[in-house]
Amino acid sequence: MRHRMVVVEGSYAVAHAVKVCKPNVISAYPITPQTHIVEDLSQFAADGEMNCEYMNVESEFSAISALIGASAAGARTYTSTTSQGLALMHEALFNASGMRLPIVMTVVNRALSAPINIWNDQQDSISQRDTGWIQLYAEDVQESADMTPQLYKIAEDEDILLPAMACMDGFILSHVYEPVILLEQSLTDEFLPDYSPEFVLDPKNPMSFGAFADPSTYTEFRYKQEKAMGVALKRIEEVAIEFSEKYGRYYGGLLDGYMLEDAEIVIMAMGSVIGTIKDTIDMLRKEGERVGLLKVRSFRPFPADEIRKALKNAKVVITLDKNISVGKNEGALCTEVKACMYNNRDVLAPVIGFMLGHGGRDIPISTIVKMINKAKLVEKGIFIESEFADLREDLA
Amino acid sequence: MKLIIKTVVKPGSTRANKTGAWRSFMPVFDHKLCSKCGICEIYCPEGVVNKLENGFFEPDYEYCKGCGICANECPKKGIIMVLEGK
Amino acid sequence: MSLLKPGHRGCAGCCDALAGKFVLDAVGEDCIVVSPTGCLEVFTTPYPESAWGVPWIHSLFENAAAVASGVEAALKAMGKMNNTKIIAIGGDGATMDIGLQAISGAFERGHDFTYICVDNEAYMNTGIQRSSGTPMYASTTTSPAGKASFGNPLNKKNMPAIIAAHGSPYVATASVAYAPDMIRKVKKAAAIKGPTYVHVHAPCCTGWKFEGSKTIEVGRLAVETALWPLYEMEKGEVTGVRKIKNRKPVEEYLKAQGRFKHLFTMEGGAEEIKKIQATADWNVKHFGLE
Repeated sequence: MRHRMVVVEGSYAVAHAVKVCKPNVISAYPITPQTHIVEDLSQFAADGEMNCEYMNVESEFSAISALIGASAAGARTYTSTTSQGLALMHEALFNASGMRLPIVMTVVNRALSAPINIWNDQQDSISQRDTGWIQLYAEDVQESADMTPQLYKIAEDEDILLPAMACMDGFILSHVYEPVILLEQSLTDEFLPDYSPEFVLDPKNPMSFGAFADPSTYTEFRYKQEKAMGVALKRIEEVAIEFSEKYGRYYGGLLDGYMLEDAEIVIMAMGSVIGTIKDTIDMLRKEGERVGLLKVRSFRPFPADEIRKALKNAKVVITLDKNISVGKNEGALCTEVKACMYNNRDVLAPVIGFMLGHGGRDIPISTIVKMINKAKLVEKGIFIESEFADLREDLA
Repeated sequence: MKLIIKTVVKPGSTRANKTGAWRSFMPVFDHKLCSKCGICEIYCPEGVVNKLENGFFEPDYEYCKGCGICANECPKKGIIMVLEGK
Repeated sequence: MSLLKPGHRGCAGCCDALAGKFVLDAVGEDCIVVSPTGCLEVFTTPYPESAWGVPWIHSLFENAAAVASGVEAALKAMGKMNNTKIIAIGGDGATMDIGLQAISGAFERGHDFTYICVDNEAYMNTGIQRSSGTPMYASTTTSPAGKASFGNPLNKKNMPAIIAAHGSPYVATASVAYAPDMIRKVKKAAAIKGPTYVHVHAPCCTGWKFEGSKTIEVGRLAVETALWPLYEMEKGEVTGVRKIKNRKPVEEYLKAQGRFKHLFTMEGGAEEIKKIQATADWNVKHFGLE
């Protein structure tokens, strides 16, 4: 395989990845920092490079609603949004997954208002945790782009049929210029089969979609969604390997480890902060510190078994959250990692949660070192449950 | 077993639900008065007033809810509502 | 045989069922229907049953027009549009209140579809709450008549004018009480390319408080009193009206319904009825109904 690296903006790499997946309908509403993706897609459409209907809708709510109709009609569909736009979609997100429509959406992660803030954190997609969408988080631009065909393949699997979010950190990944390999059309055609659902809106076979379920039938809809998430757990791993065999790139399936084997302190995180953590680990390893990383790529479905296995040798676990459940004083990853350890004796390591990077606040290596040093205090019996890692004392 | 619940349902499958049981008044069609105008068929909310081969109309009592629109609209007053069970 | 099959759970004498039946009579089998949440949606599709003999989708309360536009875009993109008609059928709440933005967007974008508003003038599915389609002085559960109120104090929103202002090639009003006229208009709307609109007056026996047998009679009275003018607009201009012979006073329409009963029992009711008569008189003048 001959791969040509080019330096492009993260948004362009994603837009290009969408293009080679050949969606039939794209529907989107502009919101910072998602705009460059949809601008690039619009340009592809204007240049006749895409055989699709590009809909300029009047809101994110209509963006996702139009895709619900389009997907039910049998189309491969795509949208992208962030923050307030994703929050506005909230009601329809449940609807798309409940109707088992495999819509793929890039979420360019951004903070939620108030106070209004356009920069990165992951409160937006984390707040959509229970909508029944698959959620993968990308570490860099290449992974953000490569996730797109992977998610179509997973979402459209006939035993899954769930919508999926490819989450990439706003600005940090969407607006950065990085050397990437743009996804080849020919490889993608081989990798990604056509979407051909069993039932579509078709006058020749007039089925009804979205019927009213009473207490005697509703529960099983949720049960089957959960079962489909279980299938997705396996498929995310398999598709990651299929992808690496075809394109030669691999980022982990559900999880990925870095210096994990002998690590006593394991940091868990999602998204672009992974790169900074790896640099920190490289630095500390030189000083002989046994620090490792467990990257969480799939937040939904949540890989509880795999996490327990990966943490078997850990002495302390640190979770990083660019979100907070206000009133719980914890981020979602912290809560879920702790919850998956309870009721079994595989992992007895304490979990320390750090919330940081809200509203785009930078996460330098020094902040990560500070957290690791705090984790070491556990040995001395000083235990931090969960706290903000990067508070400004003058404002706090 | 397929993991996908059938989120879609088959066309016209409400026919399994025989709404004739709802009826307290039953429309009785008097063909002697009928002008075969078809207004009873047009305005039946259930779509169950059917044209017979001889051009007259009769409701399908399996589904007729006994709303009485047909009787109210019949220009010849050829449909009367009769209390069920009498 | 109607394409809206029996066995549905609509009330005896239901106006929505009639409207749905007439729409399918008009467009035939080659269509895709989108329903927002509402009576028609709920009573036609109790899982695992459906009364629809045509492909049908319900998503949410406020997004039928967006869903319909997505269906249209998908068919176009996949080369499956052929002659298939895309029809959205929503109630007054789904159309004039919560779904207004999505409708505005879909009409502005110019999708090839027909939106039918089945207007029974309140949120019937949730229990007769006031909507912007509720006419003045109707008593609803959230605009009840009482010692200090004659009921809903506001005039009905002029939805056809709003749609016409979007540049729709065809906007019409219709009534379930005038089936041939309604079917003709829906057929015409569906045949015209672009986003078209038919606003159907639909008397709800449960919500308006009259016997189910009187659905058509009450609907006819609304037209005969000029409270519901039947007209067609093409590219924003009124191009056709149904003339009224021997116009009836509005009292005949009002007294047929329990929702206006208080106007005949409360002190000062007669004065307030004059305001409703003024609306009818304005309709006559504005649309040239006589």
